[in-house]
Amino acid sequence: MFSYCTDPSSLEGLVWLSCYLTSGTHLLFYASFGTVLLLLALTAPVALVLGYGGAMASRSRIVPLRLFGKVYTSMVRGVPDIIFFLFVPIALDQGFEWVRHQVLCDSDLPVWQGNDFVVCPAAKLPLNSAAPWVHDAYGIFLAVIAFSVVFGAFAANVLYGAMQAVPRAQLETAEAYGMTPRQVNRRVLVPQMWTYALPGLSNLWMILIKATPLLFLLGVEDVVYWARELGGSKTSAFAYPHPDWRLYYFLALLVFYLLMTWISGRVLDRVTRRLSRGQATMGGEAQRKGAVA
Amino acid sequence: MKSLTIAAAALALTAGLAQAQTVRMGTEGAYAPYNFIDDATGEVTGFEIELGNELCRRAGLDCTWVRNDWDSIIPNLVSGNYDTILAGMNINEERKQVVQFTQPYTPAMPSAYAALSADVDVEGGVVAAQTNTIQAGHVAETGATLLEFPNPDQTVAAVRNGEADAVFADKDFLVPIVEESGGELVWVEGGETVPLGEGIGMALRQSDNDLRETFDAQISGMKEDGSLNELIVKWFGDDALTFE
Repeated sequence: MFSYCTDPSSLEGLVWLSCYLTSGTHLLFYASFGTVLLLLALTAPVALVLGYGGAMASRSRIVPLRLFGKVYTSMVRGVPDIIFFLFVPIALDQGFEWVRHQVLCDSDLPVWQGNDFVVCPAAKLPLNSAAPWVHDAYGIFLAVIAFSVVFGAFAANVLYGAMQAVPRAQLETAEAYGMTPRQVNRRVLVPQMWTYALPGLSNLWMILIKATPLLFLLGVEDVVYWARELGGSKTSAFAYPHPDWRLYYFLALLVFYLLMTWISGRVLDRVTRRLSRGQATMGGEAQRKGAVA
Repeated sequence: MKSLTIAAAALALTAGLAQAQTVRMGTEGAYAPYNFIDDATGEVTGFEIELGNELCRRAGLDCTWVRNDWDSIIPNLVSGNYDTILAGMNINEERKQVVQFTQPYTPAMPSAYAALSADVDVEGGVVAAQTNTIQAGHVAETGATLLEFPNPDQTVAAVRNGEADAVFADKDFLVPIVEESGGELVWVEGGETVPLGEGIGMALRQSDNDLRETFDAQISGMKEDGSLNELIVKWFGDDALTFE
């Protein structure tokens, strides 16, 4: 990074530290915080959409759709996350490659040969010759799907409960005005449900933040991987030898995660206040009285 | 139309050939001096990286390196995430059930016990070793209590903080750690050199015979012209075991 860093063994004190903290591996460590934030930014909306779909399906009058919604929410919630995270990405990856193998390869060789899962080079996903960042992006893509499916199921349950919590009288009034079921949904049910859903959803968001270290299981090099890797004691085979510093690295992670949850807490408080406005809930009622006084 | 089909087929074929040239090499990146991450670049480096690159250069292959956790390094090879493993992996019967190995590219490297004092009882105490290594297998066969860790650095840390009485690992991995510990870590008496394993080899999928033959031939070549021994001495010092 800096020009004086070419020979770290001759440096001492703060100068050494400034070089150490800007080494190539540390830059990757800092970038991995971005990976975590990116995962959160992608997973949260996708999981919310899946959750919304799951909740709507669970409420549907069409039996197969309702069954599908119910099975999705109860099955995924019942399976330990860690098993899901190990299963979904591998199954997806091999599924994609299997399909590509059927379409792109003209070999009659079976995909499973003894222990090996072998597809022709053209069916590889990503291709062997693809740039490393493509492989990384593909790993993150699989991770986003795995996280979204799991958190989508929890979100579906929260949203389903929230939809049930909207007072029946509200929907009945809408029906009395002659709205179609679809209009009742869009104009009355959904806008009112958020205030009931928010406590559950904010819980899920906090759990999602805390679950991101599971990324490491999926082979994505996240903050935990780098903290462990950089913190481990280093001999003089490395440019910056040092004793076991994992404690400091994990302390930094602790601060990062606490900061994330603290910021989220503040934001969610604001959103709750905004959504309670004009609602027939205790929060909304308190706001109304406060405004009058 | 027909010529178009033929052209498309030819294109698909050559594209397939071009792809086959890229070999993804799996390694752990946490086992200095065999394989570790270079601080300056963030890329892997070490004995095996230099060896792998040389083998690829000689075989005319285009190789890229992939880091993977030791725990899942064999499952991800057989499921096709990468094509080879060079990660200080000793050749043994158990692994041969799942993958195939090239000829060893190191002589049978000895393992060793290191501890805080030289008189630790390694037959009856608690011994740390990395999961799924021949060292862990060896400790399990002795009377010692085996304490397993997913990465090699943690096995040494366990001894330093008193969780384990001794660590059992490849001697070449432990030598720099013991020498630079300033007397904190010492070799256990009688456990300085424990012969174990058949040497370290490159692991490949059992269905990948062509690639194994390619690398086998190049390893033979490097053994014959002495360049493999030079590499071993460069990374493991003058005292390291070399091929005759």
